[in-house]
Amino acid sequence: MLRYMLNKFVFFFLAMFVLSSITFILMKAIPGDPFISEKAVPPDVKARLLAQYGLDKPLFIQYTTYLTNLLSGDLGISMKLANRAVVDFIRDSFPLSLRLGIAAIFTSVIIGVTLGMTAAFRHRKLMDSTAMIIAVLGVSVPSFVMAAVLQWLFAVRIPMFNVVGLVQAKDYVLPTLALSAMPIAYIARLTRSNMLEVLHSDYIKTARAKGLNSWTIMRRHVLRNGILPVVTFLGPLTANVITGSFIIEQIFGIGGLGKIYVQSIGNRDYSLIMGITIFYGLILMTARLLTDIAYGFIDPRIKLGKRKEGSA
Amino acid sequence: MTLHNQNTAAAELELALTTEHFQKAVVDHHDAEAIERASTSAWKDVWYRLSRNWTAMTGLCILTALIVMAIIGPWLTPYDFSKNDLMSTSLAPSEKHWFGTDDLGRDMFARTWMGARISLIVGFAAAFINLIIGVIYGGIMGYVGGRIGDIMNKISEIIYSIPDLLVAILLVVVFEPSLLTIILAFCLTGWINMSWIVRGQIIQLKNQEYVLASRSLGASGMRILFRHLLPNTLGPIIVMLTMAVPAAIFGEAVLSFLGLGVQLPAASWGTMINDGTKVMLLYPWRMLFPAIMISLTMLAFNMFGDGLRDALDPKLKK
Amino acid sequence: MKRRTMFVLLVLMLSVSTLLSACTSSTTPEANKPTETQKPNNETKTDPPTETAAKQEFRFNIGTEPPSLDPGLAQDVTSSTILSATFEGLTSTDQNSKVIPGVAEKWDISPDGKKYTFTLRQNAKWSNGDPVTAHDFEYAWKRVLDPNLPQTSPYNYQLYYIKNGEAYFTKKITDPNQIGVKATGDYTLEVELENPTPYFLDLTAFATYFPIHKSAKDNPAWANEANTLISNGPLKVSSWAHSSQLELVPNEHYHKRDEIKLTKVTAVMIEDTNAILNMYETNALDYIGPPTNGGIPSEQIPILQQTKKDEIAIKPLAASYYYLFNNKQKPFDNKKVRKALALAINRQLITEKITLSGQQPAFGIVPPGINIVNDEYRNQVDGNYFKEDIAEAQKLLAEGLKESGLDKVPAFTLIYNTNDLHKKVAQAVADMWKQNLNIDVKLQNIEWTVFLDQRSALDYSVARAGWNPDYNDPMTFLDLYTTGSGNNDIGFSNKKYDDLVKAAKKEVDLVKRRDLLASAEKILIEEEMAILPIYYNATAQLLKPNIKNVYVDPLANFHFARGYVE
Repeated sequence: MLRYMLNKFVFFFLAMFVLSSITFILMKAIPGDPFISEKAVPPDVKARLLAQYGLDKPLFIQYTTYLTNLLSGDLGISMKLANRAVVDFIRDSFPLSLRLGIAAIFTSVIIGVTLGMTAAFRHRKLMDSTAMIIAVLGVSVPSFVMAAVLQWLFAVRIPMFNVVGLVQAKDYVLPTLALSAMPIAYIARLTRSNMLEVLHSDYIKTARAKGLNSWTIMRRHVLRNGILPVVTFLGPLTANVITGSFIIEQIFGIGGLGKIYVQSIGNRDYSLIMGITIFYGLILMTARLLTDIAYGFIDPRIKLGKRKEGSA
Repeated sequence: MTLHNQNTAAAELELALTTEHFQKAVVDHHDAEAIERASTSAWKDVWYRLSRNWTAMTGLCILTALIVMAIIGPWLTPYDFSKNDLMSTSLAPSEKHWFGTDDLGRDMFARTWMGARISLIVGFAAAFINLIIGVIYGGIMGYVGGRIGDIMNKISEIIYSIPDLLVAILLVVVFEPSLLTIILAFCLTGWINMSWIVRGQIIQLKNQEYVLASRSLGASGMRILFRHLLPNTLGPIIVMLTMAVPAAIFGEAVLSFLGLGVQLPAASWGTMINDGTKVMLLYPWRMLFPAIMISLTMLAFNMFGDGLRDALDPKLKK
Repeated sequence: MKRRTMFVLLVLMLSVSTLLSACTSSTTPEANKPTETQKPNNETKTDPPTETAAKQEFRFNIGTEPPSLDPGLAQDVTSSTILSATFEGLTSTDQNSKVIPGVAEKWDISPDGKKYTFTLRQNAKWSNGDPVTAHDFEYAWKRVLDPNLPQTSPYNYQLYYIKNGEAYFTKKITDPNQIGVKATGDYTLEVELENPTPYFLDLTAFATYFPIHKSAKDNPAWANEANTLISNGPLKVSSWAHSSQLELVPNEHYHKRDEIKLTKVTAVMIEDTNAILNMYETNALDYIGPPTNGGIPSEQIPILQQTKKDEIAIKPLAASYYYLFNNKQKPFDNKKVRKALALAINRQLITEKITLSGQQPAFGIVPPGINIVNDEYRNQVDGNYFKEDIAEAQKLLAEGLKESGLDKVPAFTLIYNTNDLHKKVAQAVADMWKQNLNIDVKLQNIEWTVFLDQRSALDYSVARAGWNPDYNDPMTFLDLYTTGSGNNDIGFSNKKYDDLVKAAKKEVDLVKRRDLLASAEKILIEEEMAILPIYYNATAQLLKPNIKNVYVDPLANFHFARGYVE
């Protein structure tokens, strides 16, 4: 177990290093001068600006400075928003994204698992198809369409919610819904197929044959083995929620990190793009690491040191 | 369809049954060991199961229809997808313009199907490249195994932990949003799942008797890999593909929302939807048609993919 | 067994929460901050629309986070919209972009137009109660020109008009006392200029010329947070939830405090066009318009003009939209070819069917709204330098091609920076060229920075361009294409034109100066067609009928500090 965890940690750092290097190389590969503007900037002003961001130094020096800064948690300074450090943006705006993200993750897991289980227990009945139709719709409609429609329907047409913002509790409803639609669908399908597999497995049949009542079977066998795989989905789920936040925060005017990221892409604010990319990378990789470790605790096969082939 | 045919066949059979239809069987003992029915290959069996799954077949029909329309759609209307007509901008659907027109007076019907081409190309091309890289890498990883396989596996694990959309965004920011960059962006990490599945399958298969037999008969490594191992991993690979295509189509739509979508005279569905949402309430058809198409594609791929998985895994069909 | 299940569920829950909290451990202490600052907003948002009408509050959208609220560093419209309400320069501008006194009560100009002596009002105060003195201006201006400031002001060349300003920044001189700005008393500021600059008083109303409180000396990040931001204008920043919203309240120490009726102004930062309109629709916003461009999708405008007649307004802007020819490249080095292309476009169709927000076809480069000799330049100088004429265009093209020794226009590419509107206009123009002149044009959108790189390197055939004035004078448009100008990205060089512009820069007599500039424009457009004018810009705005005295001036500045609710 310890070796397994250690292994995972090593991977975590290696991957972070690769990501930061890729980010650095890509940002250096960008054509065009970051300080060019429609109104001609005098050459000496430009030279000063380049020096200020250390862009006048040789690439290798820039790279090592960048890596050492990263290690000390310094993600650099925005190029377009004067005098503001990338970490400041993250500090100011990430809490909003985090709260929305947690709401979305909980909603997805709870609704998704419920839908999936309902579908599995009512296999090939009306409830099954209904639940699966909801699930398929969730993956079929692009989230920006869903968000725009939800906003218009429930904030303008029927003014139940505020159009934008994330201040009151009810403000969470629309963005969370829009953000969870896709993961709900995935989790519901995942749960359904796992449940079906479990329900059809021999040990359940044995349990039934032994005369255990269905509630006990449910609690002891079905639920446990049916829901467990959802844990593996937590990594992709986090990724999904982060990607979703780029869109949802924009549409619902939430000043979270996703919105800042999209704006920095629009402004081509390279240092901000780099910094936030690495921060997101850190979150996603941490999420994966935790999933792996959690799975290690749960799945007894891993304790014995045997890993499932091709486990994702 | 199939069901219907069977019913009528059965009905005919019932009606037509007379004694004339019966004759004495001649039993030839020489053929006792022969198998009467032509042997059903595994694939025929899969197809049989698949064809009886109406959701999967509906999905397949929708997909075929979409692909056909993507090919012929733009020619069904006399209007060119890129021709501006400033005198007839943002017209509602009518007899002339079946899907209406957009902000430059271009025919939305022609554009929707041109968009289908772009979106489907992005989806299929990305999935195809992922398939090639994934199968080769995974095949080698699984077949060679040992230390090299281990190292290759570690490398793929590192790449896998790099968030794909972030790299895709960076890549498109750096190298202009063209069709090629967008496709490549989805291939950076997309092949890894594929390679793992192939690896897993091959490790499982390579010690099976028929492989050993083949090896003892002196077959080369490549022959074993391509002739025996890979064909047997096809099932999971195809299921994986039915997930990779819509993922790339959706990914492109997300990039479009970020202003990083395909930039061509013919927009992709993603860029069209993104343009359309801005005028959603005024000219709903501009968002609606591409949105319906993209949703249909997703729906079809999901239905077909689920059915295929069920068909390939007979365990579930008890 | 029961315990095991519980354990599994616990792990499930824990992994969800740890996964999120672990990666944010560094940010948790600050997590509450934005909530606190946002709380006051809570009230406004939940207010039923009827109640807001009585309150003196104004809510509008600035689209994005202002890049900087440090007047010395700001260079964009979003920042200067907030800055012009929270700061006050020596002068200020009114509804028609005319100069009115600001912190300066009066000023004297020397006969050669090179020396300005400002007398400051004695009751001007900073938001913390300190008096605003001439030293604050001297400090602010010298700070912008300081080559050793940790953060370089990208707009500092706005101060190159001041004697030795450029020399000091480029380290040709090192003594800051040689810069032509000096506080000769607490309330007297003497300014010496390099050249007579008739529009200098317009410049002093500009953010780069605003005063800065001395506390900025010890805190380079003073303008990043509401609590360290000291300003001298009618309003002050009371809270700043980054990337969400800014709140402004009256500056109690402002010298004309009684003119300020609003008790609170909220500037939200929303980019999604649907969300913005939905907010306006549900009374969460009182105004949509500049400083955000594209706040109202152009296609909505004709409809809004019917459904919201009393709320929508079209404002002309003093800005030009045009195409650049690479004057060095064949066949665009031939002025007949350039003219042919300019004559073959139907500008009316573009403004009425594509841009849709009140843009006017342009046949010159200086837009209406730019003033000279105390009146609009376009009222004094006729701007119709050419007429659209397809037959004439075809004739000119044939002649021009013959002169260049070509039999047809080689296929070329029209480049524009990635943007919906630019794309549409380019598509329309390409179409017109194809139909009227049978020219094949390829369109290519290019990312902004690369686009500018290519343009300044003359690596293009035809490129989109636009110019928003830096100050209210035709010079801001007409000195663009002089030989050696940093903004001359068309490879144009014309001795007569250069001389006229140079003469105008030295000319003290305003009428003579105007005529020199008019002749320069005539050469640039009528004679040479160095660029291809398309339209003069305009903008649409939506404003709730009960809000009064907020307006957009011709230079696209949005003024709201003196607004009120009826």
